[in-house]
Amino acid sequence: MLGKKDSKKDDESGGSNPFKNLEKASVLQETRTFNETPINAKKCCLILTKILYMINQGEHLAPTEATQAFFAMTKLFQCKDVMLRRMLYLCIKEMANIANDVIIVTSSLTKDMTGKEDIYRGPAIRALCRITDNTMLQSIERYMKQAIVDKSRSVSSAALVSSLHLMKQGPEVVKRWVNEVSEAVNSDNVMVQYHALGLLYQIKKNDKLAITKLVSKFSKSSLRSPYAYCFLIRVAAHQLEEEKDGFDKTLFDFIESCLRHKSDMVIYEAASAIVSLKCTTSKELVSAVGVLQLLCSSPKPSLRYAAVKTLNKISITHPAAVTACNIDLENLITDQNRSIATLAITTLLKTGNESGVDRLMKQIASFMSEISDEFKIVVVDAIQSLCLKFPRKHNVMMSFLASMLREDGGFEYKKAIVNTIIAIIEENPEAKESGLSHLCEFIEDCDFLPLATRVLHLLGREGPRTTTPAKYIRYIYNRVILESAEVRAAAVSALAKFGASSDDLLPSILVLLNRSKLDEDDEVRDRATFFYDILSQNDKALSSAYILNTLNVSPVSLERALLQYNQSVTEKPFDIKVVPTIEVTESHKPSAETSLPKTVKPTDKPAASRQDLYSEQLSAIPEFAHLGPLFKSSAPVDLTEPETEYSVKCVKHTFTNYIVFQFDCLNTLNDQLLEKVVVKMDTADGYEIISYKTCPKLPYNTPGVAYTLVKIPEDPSQVVATFGCNLKFVVKDCDPNTGEPDNEEGYQDEYGLENVEVTVSDHVQKVLKPNFGASWEEVGAENELEDTYALSMPSLEEAIKNIIQFMGLQPCERTERPPEGKNTHVLLMAGIYRGGHDVLVRAKLAYNDGGVAMQLTIRSSDSIVPQVIAQAVG
Amino acid sequence: MNPSLYLVKGILLLDNDGNRLLGKYYDSTFPTIKEQRAFEKILFTKTHKANGEIIMIDGLTIVYRSIVDLHFYVIGSTSENEIILVSVLNCFYDTISLILKRGVEKKALIDYMDTCTLALDEICDSGIILEIDPMSVMQRVSVRESDVALGEQTLFDVLKMAKDQIKSNFK
Repeated sequence: MLGKKDSKKDDESGGSNPFKNLEKASVLQETRTFNETPINAKKCCLILTKILYMINQGEHLAPTEATQAFFAMTKLFQCKDVMLRRMLYLCIKEMANIANDVIIVTSSLTKDMTGKEDIYRGPAIRALCRITDNTMLQSIERYMKQAIVDKSRSVSSAALVSSLHLMKQGPEVVKRWVNEVSEAVNSDNVMVQYHALGLLYQIKKNDKLAITKLVSKFSKSSLRSPYAYCFLIRVAAHQLEEEKDGFDKTLFDFIESCLRHKSDMVIYEAASAIVSLKCTTSKELVSAVGVLQLLCSSPKPSLRYAAVKTLNKISITHPAAVTACNIDLENLITDQNRSIATLAITTLLKTGNESGVDRLMKQIASFMSEISDEFKIVVVDAIQSLCLKFPRKHNVMMSFLASMLREDGGFEYKKAIVNTIIAIIEENPEAKESGLSHLCEFIEDCDFLPLATRVLHLLGREGPRTTTPAKYIRYIYNRVILESAEVRAAAVSALAKFGASSDDLLPSILVLLNRSKLDEDDEVRDRATFFYDILSQNDKALSSAYILNTLNVSPVSLERALLQYNQSVTEKPFDIKVVPTIEVTESHKPSAETSLPKTVKPTDKPAASRQDLYSEQLSAIPEFAHLGPLFKSSAPVDLTEPETEYSVKCVKHTFTNYIVFQFDCLNTLNDQLLEKVVVKMDTADGYEIISYKTCPKLPYNTPGVAYTLVKIPEDPSQVVATFGCNLKFVVKDCDPNTGEPDNEEGYQDEYGLENVEVTVSDHVQKVLKPNFGASWEEVGAENELEDTYALSMPSLEEAIKNIIQFMGLQPCERTERPPEGKNTHVLLMAGIYRGGHDVLVRAKLAYNDGGVAMQLTIRSSDSIVPQVIAQAVG
Repeated sequence: MNPSLYLVKGILLLDNDGNRLLGKYYDSTFPTIKEQRAFEKILFTKTHKANGEIIMIDGLTIVYRSIVDLHFYVIGSTSENEIILVSVLNCFYDTISLILKRGVEKKALIDYMDTCTLALDEICDSGIILEIDPMSVMQRVSVRESDVALGEQTLFDVLKMAKDQIKSNFK
């Protein structure tokens, strides 16, 4: 014996790890040992452990391999060794889903489960229930019922938990055990009670009344188990959420009474349930907040975390309710656990008022250096939302961000800061100058090329419009001297923009650009030469088109269009106008719910736009191949009321001379099959219907598409139209289950749809002109149209919203947001008209006494277009 | 979301290099072994030095404890009651400590791998908390044979052992 112990010790000190580098084949080979007699329990046990370890490490066993090992394992039932038997159960459970014919061990397991040894019974039940199916279940039903009410807690728990698993495959049999389960809820053992309550709920969960009774019964007779209490709170909260009519006071009272339970677990569960309930008012929150406040000062990190996480949740919906805890939260800012600290900050930033901001920022500054970049980004995001909330505090924030920029940090962190500063500049004109100068300082010493180029681009756009543009030139030119090629190229572009915008600066810019013409890098040299030549022409239109308002196409679309052009044999030059312009997306705003760092999964490729997808779909249809490039696709419009028999949505695709109406149809009747579905259209507005493309089959709940092609009238001033629409089809009644039609003969039927309108905005594509003034001059007054209108709008905002919607143009230079408290405003909009004509609109608005007066000036490269656009308002 | 007893998304025991020694995922949050390893790597780098007890990663709440070269983790959803998760963690940690008695470290864990695997199975069954009291778990996990006193071994075993001993002495 001693010798054996010693040799084992030697093994240990040798550090041999039997589980290191296990090979599947050799382990499976070892299962042959199971056939030896007498069975060497110790050895077999080690082999089973190895198998389990291997599966646990993610090794995949093929069904044949597993089956083979499984059959070898069945021999081990002959051995009485306790450990071996227990490991055997575990292996059976693990292999239940991989190996075939696992049910052969049923009788062995049944014997163990009904035997005398408690140490076997529980695990045997759990293993047996794992391998059993619904038909087999009947035969062990009697034993299961007995086991549920067994006096041994391990047996009872095992039976209850296994029954819960079984509920997934066949609830009927388990439901018959409801009496035994109800009895088990009264158990003295905390876990048995918990498991029984969980199973009882699963059995009754579809019966609302029974559940309400269940909650009220157990809320009165006090449960022993805190786990059971937590579960009952969840059931009650779920019940409250489900109830549409009325609010069951007794359920809520039960949850609230749990706030005074002696266990932290139950108290927190109750508080968190109250917070999550939609119907909770701020009055009812008070007691929950009080409890959470106490938890905030707990010595256990997980309790503090739970409390501050829940407070953070409240602060989104009821910020006022959390202010009582502000002092406790401030203590948590310096918490050792960074998750807690960050949650505390974001909560405070949401609940804090303007006067507290300075103090809070100071506090944050004191520990910024200690936390990781990831959490710093969270703080930066929180600052951004704070800036939007309190625009007057931009000075404090700006200097804070600037000091953060000066410190060391990774790319993601610096990017977050730069993004935040840019967002603040764009939101708040007052912060612009200080923001730009902070960024200038930043690029003086910046290791991250993408950020430097981004800042240079921003300087080029915003710099010329500040009061003293000249001071930025020094910063930009420093880059031309000191940086790598990418940054130099960006700097050259930025310089050119200053030159194009300001006549005073032009001569000096030309001198600077001239120097860059000798740059060693091709791109920089090309850019410098190009800009130098354009600027030296001193032609406003040229500068606008090639420097200030450049190409506006989406790179993905351009790539595709060029590829197509290269593949086709043609003498024609490539027409940039076929490329769809970039869709103007709403600027990203940080959501109120940013609370903790999320792992960012960068998207490798810019996604193709919605229009690209449509364009691809349409060009695949031979009937539409000759239409040319797709100009614009509208947003889908519903032509049916919601929840009717058929649902039809219409998307309008505008081409140069044609419009294609795409009808997305859905059949919501499961006893009908529609065939030859087509949308018949008629109009009196000069449009000519060319052809219909039917949707051959429209089965239940499977979307189908029908198209109608119309020609736009030759008369260029006639663009608006109304189309009457009718859905026509052949109906075949069918079996709701199989979808097979009852008979081959169907009957014709039709279904009235709402009218489709073609408006001015369908002929216009939005284009963002970063420098509207330059484009305005570029297009010139040749085709100018000017008119005044009186609009009956309740406010300037309302008027602006409507004008943008009717004309379908892109507002430029942030003129869509009128300054607060002013009665006059100038709205600038730009776009491209069908056929590739630029459209620029300037609307001078004045508000007085319930109406808005508008002076509208429209310029375009085409003579008819201004009239058409003006129609949209008239 | 329906109330349910399936609370635990996973229980892990990692070594000092972040390798999984013992553990199980109870739902499909990380369906493939590759995703599991990637998650464990992130989890380990963020927690093995910090002494924080709780962390949120990838929309999951993870409570953790470490001792010597063993790192214990219990994973739940972010809406889960953290205190319940901690109680599971403590049960797991205490049970393993009781099993390994003298030295709670990787070397001992490897020696008692079978018992520890059984213990994990007794604490959590497919995501349902089975037992929360470490002493009860210990009772349910049988004592291994080599720790049983000599008197309880059969005569055959003792003779065989003696024979082996003599054989090896003669070599």
